[in-house]
Amino acid sequence: MLIKLENIKKEFSNDEIVTKVLHGISFDIEKGDFVSIMGPSGSGKSTLMHIVGLLDKTTSGKYYLEGRDVTTLDDTELALLRNEKIGFVFQSFNLLAKSTVLENVMLPLVYSTKKGDAEKKARNVLEQVGLKHRIDYMPNQISGGEKQRVAIARALVNEPSVIFADEPTGNLDSKSGIQVMEILQKLNEEGNTIILVTHETFTAEHAKRIIYIRDGLLESDTLVKKRRFAHDGDMLK
Amino acid sequence: MILQIKQAIRSPIQSLLANKVRSFLTILGIVIGVSAVVVIMAVGAGAQSLILGQIESLGSDLVGVLPGNSGDGAPASAMGIVVTTLTYDDLLAIKNKNNAPNIKEATAYVKGFSSVSWGSNSYDTNISGTTASYLDVEGGEVEFGRFFTEAEEKSTSKIVVLGSTVAKEVFGQSDPIGKKVKIKKRTFEVIGVMKERGTVAFQNYDDQVFIPIVTMQKTVEGIDHITMMRMKISHEDNTEIAIEEVKATLREEHGIKDTTGTEDDFTVRGAAQALDIITTITDSLKFFLAAMAAISLIVGGIGIMNIMLISVNERTREIGLRKAVGANNRHILIQFLLESIVLTILGGLFGLVAGTLFSFLVAVVANALGYDWTFHVSLFSIILSVTVSMLIGLIFGIVPAKKASQLEPIEALRYE
Repeated sequence: MLIKLENIKKEFSNDEIVTKVLHGISFDIEKGDFVSIMGPSGSGKSTLMHIVGLLDKTTSGKYYLEGRDVTTLDDTELALLRNEKIGFVFQSFNLLAKSTVLENVMLPLVYSTKKGDAEKKARNVLEQVGLKHRIDYMPNQISGGEKQRVAIARALVNEPSVIFADEPTGNLDSKSGIQVMEILQKLNEEGNTIILVTHETFTAEHAKRIIYIRDGLLESDTLVKKRRFAHDGDMLK
Repeated sequence: MILQIKQAIRSPIQSLLANKVRSFLTILGIVIGVSAVVVIMAVGAGAQSLILGQIESLGSDLVGVLPGNSGDGAPASAMGIVVTTLTYDDLLAIKNKNNAPNIKEATAYVKGFSSVSWGSNSYDTNISGTTASYLDVEGGEVEFGRFFTEAEEKSTSKIVVLGSTVAKEVFGQSDPIGKKVKIKKRTFEVIGVMKERGTVAFQNYDDQVFIPIVTMQKTVEGIDHITMMRMKISHEDNTEIAIEEVKATLREEHGIKDTTGTEDDFTVRGAAQALDIITTITDSLKFFLAAMAAISLIVGGIGIMNIMLISVNERTREIGLRKAVGANNRHILIQFLLESIVLTILGGLFGLVAGTLFSFLVAVVANALGYDWTFHVSLFSIILSVTVSMLIGLIFGIVPAKKASQLEPIEALRYE
């Protein structure tokens, strides 16, 4: 089991006003899965992703990543796990504006304890996302779709166990969005586990499974019956 | 780790280049502070060596005797107190070879200030009542005429030898020898004019006139004491013995039994001692000024802290991203600390270059003006300025770096 959540709860307290965001969520994700987390805004899906992505801590409940309880880890151990086990793709790309495409992709390796030729690894993943010709460009010299592909390359570079994509097509036109989904599906076929957070059914249906969150509770957890495939021009299969 | 260091050094240089004006203003405080310290140390050292060089050129084989017991401190006369414990007889006793065999020559002074007038020309100058042995002790040459003799020194002859400045001011192109001048309403005959010597160690040798010491005491001032004595030692190595001889002679003359020096009513100082005192004074002056200049380094450090705090705010998203991809608090802390240190070291290096150039300029100008000025930026001030600017980066960078490192990754990623 890659990810196992047991009754995850999360509260935010702000000046004695306690806001309960997650009321107890449990689910498992197997290695090699492609899961969409859906829900309306305010449902807690982003908070859930932050917790599963080790960017935030739970108030109560257990979270096992690759069999290890990560709810008791300190900041430094969490940072190391984020570095080695998790790759993030954000809606707003979050590239370093003053660094080249190659340097952006190499960023996780700066903090990595794994050995190996960082530049070679970065070049390889850039080739995987079809951006070999943009290696020395600055982020402001490439299109939005290309920026998101750089971000995907950055998420891949340290060979993580799971890739989180938070509304990866939210800031893109539909053509670039489809390209991004095609890359994510290809990566999944190659064995990568992918968790996609989105509020669009169309995007969510590219995954194998959809977890629907409403009011801090898991409403449904279903397999996608008619999965969309980006490389077929998004025809239903 | 190597990647991280590479990045940490490149990243501030990148942001430096991206905000050229801001970066320049940020490190300006450090640049000014460091260059001020370097200039003060270098110019201070130059001035010090100039003064010491001049004093040494007067002869390190000189011993001075002042009235009153001033120990190692400032002489009583510096506070405007007139001490009358030294007399002309003391000089004669020291000149007696039986008393002080290691003293080669000795002279004494009664100092005064008056106008010297000839016809309608008048000039205010220093009047030195002195002895015939003046030339042997202090050096200097007579250009025209002659100096007075030992017989004239003991008589109350109204004769005068002019310093070159006084001769020029009072007589212009006329030949002064044999002319009568008025000093304190008394008429003196000019018997000689000194050769120009210039100002050495703050003392202008040309702006004075010499009259026999006894004439000065009895006729002009109406006193019995003398202002000071100066003497030349037979050999530099014998300074200590000579000073003891002088002290013993004066104690004998003044009837002082105590030989520890506490009851002495005079002070004997060698030139070496004077050099020590001047070195101490100029050193402390130099370091005091450097410390004042260092205050601007603190101000510069506050500027660095301010800009780094702004930079942390501006780069909140970047910090969030770095944390999301695996940077821990220490990584972020080190990154921002290195950035502020690179900034301040750059400032320190610019300041070092600017300060060195300015010190060099001072040396060039001083040499052009005829001073024997040495250009010297010490290794000490180079190491000092680089270490101090690095420390400032470290001290004033710690607060912003701490702030950056403690940002929560999600808060930082959400920040707009």
